[in-house]
Amino acid sequence: MENWRDNKLVAAILLVPSSAWILIFFTLPLAIVWVYSFGERGPQGQTILGLSLENYARAVEWIHLGILWKSIWTAAVTTLICFIMGFPLSLGIAFAPKKYKNLLLLLVILPFWTNLLIRTYAWIAVLRTRGFLNFGLEWVHEKLDAALTLMGLHDVMGTFTPLALLYNHPAVIIGLVYVALPFLVLPIYATLEKLDRSYLEASLDLGAGQWRTMISVTIPLAFPGIFSGLLLVFILSLGTYLTPVLLGGTDSMMIGNLIAQEFGPARDWPFGSALSFMLLYITFIMLWLRAAVASRSKGVGY
Amino acid sequence: MKKFIEKPITRRSFLRSSAAVSIGVALAPGLVWGAEEKKLNVYNWDTYIGENTIRNFSKQTGIKVKYDLFANNEEMFAKLKEGNPGFDVIFPSDYMVETMTALNMLVTLNHKKIPNIKNIDPDPNFSNPAYSPGLKHAIPYMWGTIGIGYRKSKVQSAPTSWKTVLDSDEFKGRIALLADQRACIGVTLKYLGYKLNSTNPEEIAQARDLLIKQKSNIKTFAEDNGQDLLLSGECDVVMEWNGDIVQIMEEDEDIGYSVPKEGGVVWMDNMCIPKGGPHPDNAHAFINFILDAKVNAEIANFIHYATPNAAAKKYVLPKDLKNPAIYPPPSAVAKSEVIVDVGDKARLFDEAWVAVKAG
Repeated sequence: MENWRDNKLVAAILLVPSSAWILIFFTLPLAIVWVYSFGERGPQGQTILGLSLENYARAVEWIHLGILWKSIWTAAVTTLICFIMGFPLSLGIAFAPKKYKNLLLLLVILPFWTNLLIRTYAWIAVLRTRGFLNFGLEWVHEKLDAALTLMGLHDVMGTFTPLALLYNHPAVIIGLVYVALPFLVLPIYATLEKLDRSYLEASLDLGAGQWRTMISVTIPLAFPGIFSGLLLVFILSLGTYLTPVLLGGTDSMMIGNLIAQEFGPARDWPFGSALSFMLLYITFIMLWLRAAVASRSKGVGY
Repeated sequence: MKKFIEKPITRRSFLRSSAAVSIGVALAPGLVWGAEEKKLNVYNWDTYIGENTIRNFSKQTGIKVKYDLFANNEEMFAKLKEGNPGFDVIFPSDYMVETMTALNMLVTLNHKKIPNIKNIDPDPNFSNPAYSPGLKHAIPYMWGTIGIGYRKSKVQSAPTSWKTVLDSDEFKGRIALLADQRACIGVTLKYLGYKLNSTNPEEIAQARDLLIKQKSNIKTFAEDNGQDLLLSGECDVVMEWNGDIVQIMEEDEDIGYSVPKEGGVVWMDNMCIPKGGPHPDNAHAFINFILDAKVNAEIANFIHYATPNAAAKKYVLPKDLKNPAIYPPPSAVAKSEVIVDVGDKARLFDEAWVAVKAG
C-alpha cells in the first residue's frame, strides 16, 4: 500500500486547511499591522498609510525603551523564579512512581481549567489589604500576641498593620509566575521523561554523586527542554497585558499595556503597530536563539 | 467608559480583542442590504437600556430589533471605521461624536422625523452641545460626571477639591485615580486652573509633573475598578465615573460622591445614525421612541443615569433626582466641561500619560 506521504496530491489537500488558516488569520493580519507601522495617525485617529520610519524612531525613544526594558527584566525575573520552582517539580514528577505520575501532571494542568482572568482575580482576593493572606497574618499575629500576654509580655507585638501586597510590581511578578509555571514544567517534564536513565546510572556507578550527576548529566541532556520551557515563560511574560492591569500599581506599565494604550484610547494604530513589531522582533530573536541552541545541543530532542 | 452594572471582565477582554476584531472587520466589505424592511440594528453599551424598552418598541412599531453591545467607544469606532457593517443606531460619547462627524461617518439627523426632540432640556449643554451644534448629528441619551467617590466614615467631610486626590498625602496609599488619560490629565488641568481640553504643552507638562509627584500617594490607576477598590476598603478616595459609584452606593451606605468645586468632567452619551446603515427611517423612529418622556424615564429608572430629557424628569424616581451622584448640584456641573476631541494634539496627552505611568 502506498504511503500517503508519497502521494503529493493528498498531502497538498491535507495541508490546505491549516495553511489557509495561518495565511488568513495570522500572516495577513500581521502584514496589515506591518504596513500600518509605516503610516501615521490622522487628526481623528484614523490610520494614514505611508512610508515613514517616524513610528520606529518614536518607539526607540528613551521612555519607550524604558518600558520595554522593564518588561524584559520583569519577564526575566519571572522566568528565573519559575525555573527555581519548576525544575525540581519537573524532576519530581519525572522520577515519581508510575502510578502517581499522571495524577501529579494533572495537578499541574488543573489551573488551566479555570479562565486566566478568574485566576488573576483570585489573586486580588488573596493579596489585597483585606485579603486572605492579610487575614491569615492577622490571625497569627493575634494568637502570638495572646500567647505572649499569657507569658506576661504585654504589647510586645504592637497592633497589626496589613501589608501592602497588591498593586505593585512584585504582585505582577507573582501573578505572572503563577500563570506561567505550567508552561515551564511541561516541556522540561517531557524531556526528562524521554531521557535515557542508563546515563544517570552510569554516572552514579562511576562515582559521581547525585548532585554532580544532576549538574553534569541530567541538566545538559535535558537542556533543550529546559530552554524551551524558559523561552515559553519568557515570551509569555514579556507580552503580558492582563496581569499588570489587574495586579499592578502606578508603575507597572509593560510593553503590552503600552501597545493596548496606543490601539485603544490613544487611537494611534501606526505607533501601536511599530511597538508590536518591536516586541515581535525580540520574540523572533529568542526563537532564533532556541533554534541555534537546539541544533548545537546533543541532548534529548524535544 | 463607565457603564452601570457592567462586568469589568467584558470591558477588559474587549479592550484587548478590539484591535484584532477591527482588523477582521476592515477586511469584510460593508454588507449590502435591500430596501427598508421592518428591521433595525442597534449598537449600544452593555446594560444601558430599560428592561422592556426594545420589546415595547417592537410591539408598537412591528420593527424587529437586533441588539449588539460594545464595551467602549474605541471598540465601536473600530468596527465602523472601515465601513458600516450594518448598524442603524449607535450610542457614542461626546468626543467620539466629534471624531465621527469629522470623518463624515454620521448621518445628518432629520429633526422632522424626531418630533420628541422637543423634550430635550433647553439648557444649551444639552440642546446645543459643543460636540454637535444644533443636535445635527447626535441627540443626548444619558449624561453624568467624573468626581470623587469616598468612604464617608474615613473622611472628615465630603472632599470639595481635587486636591484631596491630586495634591495631598492625607490619604496616602488609599487613593485611586482613573486610568483614562484624557480624564485623569484633564481633571488635573482643571485643578491647576486650566481648561479640561487644554492643548498647551506647558500646561499639560505641569499636570504630568503633578501626577508623577502624586504617584507615591496613589495606590493605583484603576482601569475600570475604582468602585471595587472603594467597596472592598482598599482605597478611601477614588476618582471615578459617577455611574460606577451609584452602583456601589446601593450595596454600601457608607459611600459618598461629590463633584469638586473646580469642576470635573461632564460626559454625555448620544444617539446617532451611522452612514451606510440599512434602515435610516426605522432608526429615526427608534430615536423618537427613546425620546418619549415615559419611555425615557423608564430607561433612566432602570439604569440610574441622569437623563437630559426635561419632559421625562417628572417620571424619574425622586430618590434618583435627589442623589448627587446622579444629578450633581448645578453649580458643580456649570464648572465642569465635556472632553472634546483634540485632533492631532492627542499625542500630547498620550505622551504625558505614558510618562506618568512609566516615570
